[in-house]
Amino acid sequence: MTNVEVRSIAKNYGSVPVLTDISTDFTQGSFTSLLGPSGSGKTTLLRIIAGFIIPDQGNVAIGGNDVTRMPVWARNIGMVFQSYALFPHMTVNENVAFGLARRGIKGEESRKQVERALELVRLPGFGDRKPKQLSGGQQQRVALARAIVTKPSVLLLDEPLSALDRRLRQEMQVELIRIQKESGLTTIFVTHDQEEALTLSDKVAILDRGRIVQIGAPTEVYERPKTRFAAEFLGDTNFLTGTVVAGGIRLANGSTVAVDAPLPATGSEATVAVRPEKIVIRDVARGGKDTDRSNRVSATISSSVYAGTALTYEAAFDGLSFKIFAQNSDARPHSVGDVVELTWSPLHTVPLEAAA
Amino acid sequence: MKIAARFYIAAILAFLYLPILVMMAMGFNESPLYELPFSFSTRWYQALAGNAPLVNSGINSIWIAVATSIIATVLGTMASVALSRRTFRGKTLLQLMLLPPIAIPWLITGTAMLVFFFYSGIGRGLHALLIGHVALAIPYVVLVVGTGFQTVRADLEEAAMSLGSTPVHAFFSITLPLLYPSILGAALFAFAVSLDQFVISYFLATPGFSTLPVQIYSAIRKGFTPEINAISTILLVGSMAVIVIFALFAKPGGVSDKR
Ligand SMILES: Nc1ncnc2c1ncn2[C@@H]1O[C@H](COP(=O)(O)OP(=O)(O)OP(=O)(O)O)[C@@H](O)[C@H]1O
Ligand SMILES: [Mg+2]
Repeated sequence: MTNVEVRSIAKNYGSVPVLTDISTDFTQGSFTSLLGPSGSGKTTLLRIIAGFIIPDQGNVAIGGNDVTRMPVWARNIGMVFQSYALFPHMTVNENVAFGLARRGIKGEESRKQVERALELVRLPGFGDRKPKQLSGGQQQRVALARAIVTKPSVLLLDEPLSALDRRLRQEMQVELIRIQKESGLTTIFVTHDQEEALTLSDKVAILDRGRIVQIGAPTEVYERPKTRFAAEFLGDTNFLTGTVVAGGIRLANGSTVAVDAPLPATGSEATVAVRPEKIVIRDVARGGKDTDRSNRVSATISSSVYAGTALTYEAAFDGLSFKIFAQNSDARPHSVGDVVELTWSPLHTVPLEAAA
Repeated sequence: MKIAARFYIAAILAFLYLPILVMMAMGFNESPLYELPFSFSTRWYQALAGNAPLVNSGINSIWIAVATSIIATVLGTMASVALSRRTFRGKTLLQLMLLPPIAIPWLITGTAMLVFFFYSGIGRGLHALLIGHVALAIPYVVLVVGTGFQTVRADLEEAAMSLGSTPVHAFFSITLPLLYPSILGAALFAFAVSLDQFVISYFLATPGFSTLPVQIYSAIRKGFTPEINAISTILLVGSMAVIVIFALFAKPGGVSDKR
């Protein structure tokens, strides 16, 4: 069931378009990440849904009601800010009770709900402290409790974990998923960290210069990127460009790469993407085990970076450079200068749409 | 190094407070001519009680300072809210225009006011003095409260609105309590600016209505009596008390921890 719906949203600042024709749905209870580079319009879109910004065009609906012209305070949203934005002159209890009081919930009932919210974020007994007396992670939990205690129609988070250090951040990611699942809130989460987006979300929306270039489940957007931008933004990718032939593309050097997906018309130019971890290196000289991956090119290892559990290689072929991620499971790592064969499956050869 | 620093601080304090201490002491000295040896007496305080013009002008000064402080703080805080939280045409110009009055010599401001008040029919006297002092104090209030605004992040108000507060409720429940130390500091500043004011008061006072600095000035011209030391001491102790109370309630320029 659709809970939040945005239709044909556009926003300009002066003559600069910041969002262009954004349309998408957020399913009830789902966790969606808005992912994109800095300046791509993630915050602007989130703030339009929140009601802090009125779009130049388009509509926002929450729970089936058009709220495009409704001010923030009437929308029943929950929001978590990057800086937490806890009220410094109020205790944790007072912070969490603030939204309840605005909804006319006071006294014993308010106290009970605040207590339950603090239990949900695993901070029971912290109610009498001031925000200043809490660690960053604890403040974040209070901010979350304050945003969800009112049972908002939608929970909006703008890079809420970016101020935390790496370890705490991972811990909070786990907590965030748990709390989101337990509360069942439709959640929209802004981040520019692709790993975070893939780990947390039911759906990832990739924004580029004010447009949603792709939206889908994490596996979908990672395994089947639609554009060069999407492929590059979600991690390392190798690109091959050639002429479309039956069942694949022919590269400049005459070799053919098989593609197990619909391709543009034969004879036109097309680019395909291959993730570095999909490629298996076969050592020609050492007669490594052959695989049935039908795409193979011979290449020369040009660099090798050892990182314990894994290795990152660069291999050169035909003037191109390929990146390969390999588990450290070979008898011995390949060395620079080794002549190898790179093999991968046509299933992992993803044709991209021509750049817009 | 440490000793040098201490000596330095002691020297500054002595430089600031010694003249004041001498003045206070002389208010309790029997001799009208500041002669030593010191012999304790309250005769100047008794004389002061009989000196109606001096006492009345002292009371005037305090009332004008209190009224100026309240009016300038309310108006200045409102201006500060607009300048810190809203965008409107001419805002930068307005912000710039608020500051020069602090730097313009009071003699010039006073002359300008006198001329303007004369031609506009406002004239002189209590009301003119009050208008003058408020106008003078507002830029200080805007400056002090504006600095305070920078410590209150705009996203706090946004957080309140996301929780259901209207902008007005967000201002009164979040911003104002956090701004309170700055507002109190600004009020104190406005009070001091008014109490201290001589030039403008001198221009706008009438024979029947003057403030303490103006009265002291005319008294000195006739001949200095230690009664002036006495009333100055009373005023000084009063101001110090206000500052101490303020310091106990709020840390100037920061967010108060108490409450
Ligand atoms: N009030 C404003 N006035 C003018 N331009 C603005 C304003 N707010 C945002 N922009 C511009 O809109 C674009 C998108 O901004 P937005 O904050 O939505 O980006 P973002 O994707 O959240 O980036 P980041 O990851 O850096 O937070 C940027 O180019 C920004 O400069
Ligand atoms: Mg942003």
